[in-house]
Amino acid sequence: MSVPLVEARGVTRILPLTVPVRLVEDVDLAVGPGELVAITGPSGSGKSSLLYLLGILDAPTSGEILLNGEKTHAMTSDQRAALRLRGIGFVFQFHFLLPEFSVIDNVAIPMRRLGALSGREIEARSADILTRLGLADHMRKRPEQLSGGQRQRVAVARALANDPPLILADEPTGSLDSAASEQVFEILSDIAGQDGKSVIAVTHDTDMAERMDRRVHLIDGRIVSDERRRPERPTGRAPGPGAAGIPLE
Amino acid sequence: MRLLLEIALTHVRGRARQTIVSVAGVTLGVGFAIAMAALMQGSQDEFVTTLIDAMPHVQITDETRTPRTQPAERAYAAVEIHGLRPRDDPRGILNPVEALAGLRSWVPGAISAGLNVSGVARYGGTDRGVSILGIEPEDELRVSKIAQDMTSGKFSDLVGGGFAAVIGDSLAERLGAGLNDSIRISASTGVARNFKIVGLFHTGVVATDETMVYVRLKSAQVLAARQNAVNDIRIRLGDPDAASAVAARAEELLALKSVSWQEANESILEAFAVRNIIMYTVVAAILVVAGFGIFNIVSIITHEKARDIAILKSIGFRDRDMRLVFMAEGALMGGLGGALGAGLGAALTAYMGTIEFEFREATEVTHLPVTWNWIHYAIAVGLALATAALAGYLPARRAAQGNPVDIIRGAT
Ligand SMILES: Nc1ncnc2c1ncn2[C@@H]1O[C@H](COP(=O)(O)OP(=O)(O)OP(=O)(O)O)[C@@H](O)[C@H]1O
Ligand SMILES: [Mg+2]
Repeated sequence: MSVPLVEARGVTRILPLTVPVRLVEDVDLAVGPGELVAITGPSGSGKSSLLYLLGILDAPTSGEILLNGEKTHAMTSDQRAALRLRGIGFVFQFHFLLPEFSVIDNVAIPMRRLGALSGREIEARSADILTRLGLADHMRKRPEQLSGGQRQRVAVARALANDPPLILADEPTGSLDSAASEQVFEILSDIAGQDGKSVIAVTHDTDMAERMDRRVHLIDGRIVSDERRRPERPTGRAPGPGAAGIPLE
Repeated sequence: MRLLLEIALTHVRGRARQTIVSVAGVTLGVGFAIAMAALMQGSQDEFVTTLIDAMPHVQITDETRTPRTQPAERAYAAVEIHGLRPRDDPRGILNPVEALAGLRSWVPGAISAGLNVSGVARYGGTDRGVSILGIEPEDELRVSKIAQDMTSGKFSDLVGGGFAAVIGDSLAERLGAGLNDSIRISASTGVARNFKIVGLFHTGVVATDETMVYVRLKSAQVLAARQNAVNDIRIRLGDPDAASAVAARAEELLALKSVSWQEANESILEAFAVRNIIMYTVVAAILVVAGFGIFNIVSIITHEKARDIAILKSIGFRDRDMRLVFMAEGALMGGLGGALGAGLGAALTAYMGTIEFEFREATEVTHLPVTWNWIHYAIAVGLALATAALAGYLPARRAAQGNPVDIIRGAT
């Protein structure tokens, strides 16, 4: 493997409460470009916690998180914010959209914060992403007017806005029925491999995890197994038929 | 940044009612502060204008502020004498001609030299104690507003030749004398002369109208039995604010007590200063209270929007961005309240300026004095903005610092 996109080295995270809580313990994990990784484990095993650490939303108590081979430990909070803005797309278990903004405006927010595109380009790209995710008819609606599955797809669209190489999804299908789950899974699976994008998704759904390239299993904050279903792909696979073939202009 | 402002606006819109209440608080605070300042400044200005008009800007008298060094002090270094009052020098200002010439060379204004003598006026068996001021009419007219107060005769008629006097109307009434009547004035020196009344004045100041007698300087010098004597120099300046400096310089040059109008009215001006301090304290207090309203609502919003803050931070917004959002909310309320308050203040000021009230016996219709000064607006709106920004900053800082993961953990 070349330089991993994201790497955890001996990461432990302890919540410093009166009774310290060990969220993640001594985790080593490296994810390369284009991988589609499932993180599984029983409830409370530290899956979400690990995802926050990989997305530098949270910092390890000991150990290191590296993004593109760069240590993130000594970065300022502004540098981390900049890295998240460009390099990481988050999809939370619950959609977490801004309720006052329309669907298309929600998708536009990361691009507007980045400020690399003009207002017109942002609008066009937002519409483009939403169309590819099958939400062309819902762009002007408020999040509350959408179904759970639709909102989750909007969240995915927002995560894709700045074309980050890494997508982190925390049980993106956890609150969806099987049809909607399937749809979101298809999208994520299509994203992985596009221009070397990696997707790390926490999931309860063993069936879904089985269909991903790699499955990391956690118990009590420790990695107990890390199985590759498919051989490592050097460059990524062909773009899927539908959802997320989103080129970077 | 527009995006941050948009986010701030959505938050404020979501709390429209509380926002209106706190904006109204700022509006009322700023509006009443401005109106109050206009009224207070107005009454002060009017008072000071009257004051400046009514009295000499600098008055130099034949007194000294400190007693002369006593012979014993001069003789022995160990001797110090306290509690002495400077003695009046009956000779008046020594060498008045030279003193006046000196003053005229540098004082930017009109100068009138006078001699004060006390005495008694008699007419038809009635005696009244009077204060006689000898002046040169043309100089006096440049220094005082007495010409405006003349009710009959002309002040300049004093020059007509012979012993002539201009007296207060109340004095004339008490004496039973009228224009062109001849009254006898005896000075405390024992010298007495008959004076023809060539004019009457009414200043509105009772003491002046009842006791003041203007005569020519020469006549006063005759009464005082002191040729060329002068004991009262009054100066009217083009710029009244220069009075203190002029008085200080005159005192230094002449070694005589020189009192500016500011010094003469020190206690009143001090009272005004205290009043202004009280006013600005009250204004600040009102605005702080209004600031609490803003603090309160921004705090509510930060709690309500904790999840949104976490989302935005996870997307890649910096702490600073989040702080700006909430400070913008505070500033928005403060700015809106300040702008509306400035309007309210202007309206109240304009309204107060039209209020009329009749002052004694319906002789004059007086308006409530108001002063329009942009500084009042700048101070009130500036204070409102500052308190609002602070009121936004405090909760904003706390909200921005929070770790988004804590909130996300709690939510999932
Ligand atoms: N704020 C907190 N205070 C105390 N304990 C916490 C806190 N947050 C998480 N934990 C504990 O840390 C452990 C790991 O939590 P985490 O959310 O990472 O688990 P998870 O695998 O994502 O679980 P789930 O599948 O239910 O989402 C759990 O045992 C949880 O109880
Ligand atoms: Mg979880």
